[in-house]
Amino acid sequence: MTNAPLNIRSLQDQLQSLARREGISKWDLGASRSSSASVQVDRGQAKQLKAAQRSSITIRVWNQQGLVGITSTSDLSDSGLEKALMGAHQASGFGNPDDVPGFSPLATAPEPDLDRPLQEAQGIQSLLKQLLDAEQQLLGRHPAIGTLPYNAMNEGSSERIYLNSEGALRQAQRTQASIFLMARAEESGRKPRSGGAVRLALGSRDLDLAGCIDEAAERTISHLNYQPIDTGRYLVCFTPEAFLDLIGSFSSMLNARAVLDGVSLSKPDSIGDQLAVPFFNLTDNGLHPAHVGAMPFDGEGTPTRALPLIREGCLANFLHSEATARHFGVDPTGHAGMGAKVSVGPDWFEVNRTPSMNTGAEHLDHATSDDTFVLIESLSALHAGVKASQGAFSLPFDGWLVQGGERISVEAATVAGDIRELLRSIVHLEPESVITHEGVSPYVWVDGLAITGEA
Amino acid sequence: MQSTLQKSLPGFNDLDPGHHPWRQRLDALLNVGVSAGADLVEVFLERADHLGVLAEQDKITSVGPSFGMGAGIRVFRAGRDGFVSTNDLSDQGLEEALQQALAMLQLNASTLSSGSSFDGLGPLRDYGSSKNNWLDRTPDLVTITQRLLEGTHCLEKRGQHLDVRRGSFARDWQEVLVAASDGTFARDIRLHQSSGLSVLAADGEHRSSIARRYGSSDRPDDLCHWNVDASAQEVCDSAAKMLRADYVDGGQMPVVLANRFGGVIFHEACGHLLETTQVERGSTPFSDSIGESIAHSAVTAIDEGVSGGAFGSISMDDEGMEPQRTVLIENGILQCFLSDRAGEMRTGHARTGSGRRQSHGFAAASRMRNTYIDAGPHSIDDLISSVDHGLYCKSMGAGSVGATGQFNFSVEEGYLIKNGQLGQPVKGATLIGDAKEVMPRISMCADDLELAAGYCGSVSGSVFVTVGQPHVKVDSITVGGR
Repeated sequence: MTNAPLNIRSLQDQLQSLARREGISKWDLGASRSSSASVQVDRGQAKQLKAAQRSSITIRVWNQQGLVGITSTSDLSDSGLEKALMGAHQASGFGNPDDVPGFSPLATAPEPDLDRPLQEAQGIQSLLKQLLDAEQQLLGRHPAIGTLPYNAMNEGSSERIYLNSEGALRQAQRTQASIFLMARAEESGRKPRSGGAVRLALGSRDLDLAGCIDEAAERTISHLNYQPIDTGRYLVCFTPEAFLDLIGSFSSMLNARAVLDGVSLSKPDSIGDQLAVPFFNLTDNGLHPAHVGAMPFDGEGTPTRALPLIREGCLANFLHSEATARHFGVDPTGHAGMGAKVSVGPDWFEVNRTPSMNTGAEHLDHATSDDTFVLIESLSALHAGVKASQGAFSLPFDGWLVQGGERISVEAATVAGDIRELLRSIVHLEPESVITHEGVSPYVWVDGLAITGEA
Repeated sequence: MQSTLQKSLPGFNDLDPGHHPWRQRLDALLNVGVSAGADLVEVFLERADHLGVLAEQDKITSVGPSFGMGAGIRVFRAGRDGFVSTNDLSDQGLEEALQQALAMLQLNASTLSSGSSFDGLGPLRDYGSSKNNWLDRTPDLVTITQRLLEGTHCLEKRGQHLDVRRGSFARDWQEVLVAASDGTFARDIRLHQSSGLSVLAADGEHRSSIARRYGSSDRPDDLCHWNVDASAQEVCDSAAKMLRADYVDGGQMPVVLANRFGGVIFHEACGHLLETTQVERGSTPFSDSIGESIAHSAVTAIDEGVSGGAFGSISMDDEGMEPQRTVLIENGILQCFLSDRAGEMRTGHARTGSGRRQSHGFAAASRMRNTYIDAGPHSIDDLISSVDHGLYCKSMGAGSVGATGQFNFSVEEGYLIKNGQLGQPVKGATLIGDAKEVMPRISMCADDLELAAGYCGSVSGSVFVTVGQPHVKVDSITVGGR
């Protein structure tokens, strides 16, 4: 395909020339390019094979009044670039004088050395063969498993560029592959149940297919024996994936942009506040070796780095863009997007225990505990059931009621609470951290959460 | 400042079907595909222009224009399909994309013909010919920013304890050209605009966040007719009532769902399960239920793309077919599935003009348009007074449905019902259930059908839809709470 790597020098020269012609002295550009191939299968047959080549650029322009405008386009032709630059210049007339982003002071600082060797693609026919084989294996694990309504295997490469009129110039490439298997099982006279698993890797050859099949099968089969649960308050253990999903949904309390916008649970002076139990630590670590989607810089060119957010239960830092960092008098943290109003977001959460601190509930272990508890495997509908600005959540979940070591899958149920209360009600973090596709966390135990069931 | 932003950005006429090389290029491309053995080849060309504007408090804080173009090429062979999307609309770019799609199905120039033939593109059906000036007729940036600031000002005037006041506007313009080897050759221009207001109210530890969004299609000057003050009043009333509301106690109970966005219950609980995409996956319990009762006899449900100005209305779907008014359920009996080209091939259900996609980056799939439960004979009071102890859901949030048909959606504004009377406001409710159990429990429909704009995300991306219903009563459902 005609999707060659972006020519960063050429882009820079073109923009310099166009900007000079229009009398624009300050501008920056973020560009991305991606190429991917994916397959889906259905009961022994290829269902859909897809490939995509995408390119896009975002240009920001500072006008003579110092206000910023922005335009994005997928048209990387000469005329597209020119229109984008002109569009950004026009939009700058509506820039917000009270919140003007600038160039990151770290846009030319040394980048972290990410050890992410680019992997060669196997090709779509190879992906298809492997996915068909994975489907066959999973269907064969239990007679009740009839279909994999959601499945996909893909591989691709992507590239990100940042450059600005003061000479910053960054370029990074990566490859990534994934497999997702979700099985649907149904036994006569019973409700259908489902379970899934996902694996990510730098290349499709490195994907842990066997582990994904095992996990999807185990999860699906474990939900076949289900019962409704009584409504009440329970001791709850979140799997690492479920807890990372939950804490990620409330990341606005760690986000300086949200703080300044007044939509965060935190205030500008909240640094140092006790948010969680003292043995709880949260770091945003976009450089973690298991983070296959890692990039060495953010949308403003700021290098990616590990940032402690909650240390021994206390709020330690906010996530920042250039503008919010300037407001707070700190350095940008490498968590910015690109915009006239720059968004800020987390990268890769790492939850861990304060070293050498006892939780007081060391007997709790999701695999061996005799206590009665609800093990929450995954949370659904986070986009609907989380009110981040209020701290409230009410979410459907998949999981099990565990009594005397025996697990019974929970039929339709919800878990509800307040994230601030939850963080203060954590009774235990298991000693072992688990690497998931979205971060690192141990199993997290919380007491007294409200669960509504159908019983 | 007079902005010409939206007029200056696109400016390329590559998709103009009157531009003869496009017909010739597409003819040639489709011929290559069919000659290589494809049963059917489809090319979807798109150019798009988007503008998003945000006002916060009394300032415009973001103006975000974007534009682009691209193609999606899909090749079918023996029920399978290969799909390639690209931003490169050059002859070489499209040819390479086609060859890649053919190679996915192991087709090439030496493949034996499938027996399909290509007799050239048919006459152009140009649904966009009367819409060519729509983009120019949309409000300019000065007007947009003024309307949004008027909105945030009205919020301040109407509300109390408001920490955050926001107004937002989005305009999505799209020109598409669909060409397929069955002769389909159709062009359309789509225009979707939405505006919204949201607030965060706070008083001590009490907080409430309320948002409302209004959307239309094919009405270039719709923003000028937006009753900003009435919208602000509605948002502020809701925020005030929910500010000190208690969290709802969870459990099984009857609920009355308000009209308009209450229709999300049918969209999530049942609508998705009536898409042939779900039939193909084996993830709908209704695959073999045509002609059977799947809902209470009080329920008649419709999906259509023809209501003038509605957010989910279309002149043609993304496969070049005109939309229909499709009765899905009549008096509780399943009548029909929503089907696209692939769905028809793979399930046998006839196409309904429901092949939709977010952009050229997605293959079309069977998707909902304007979907609603039809009006019934009852008054709202009939419904409320029939409940001894339950929940009235005046305003709904987002929802979703899973692989086993289990759905959920959140309640943004709720009230307890006690002894047939509305009681205190409550928040934090999430409703869950599965379609097979809940649809027979929708036992009463009021006579006040209204539609509301929304976005639906699924296999072919995010598309513009409306949901709708009159007030309805569900005899029993799980209300998640604290």
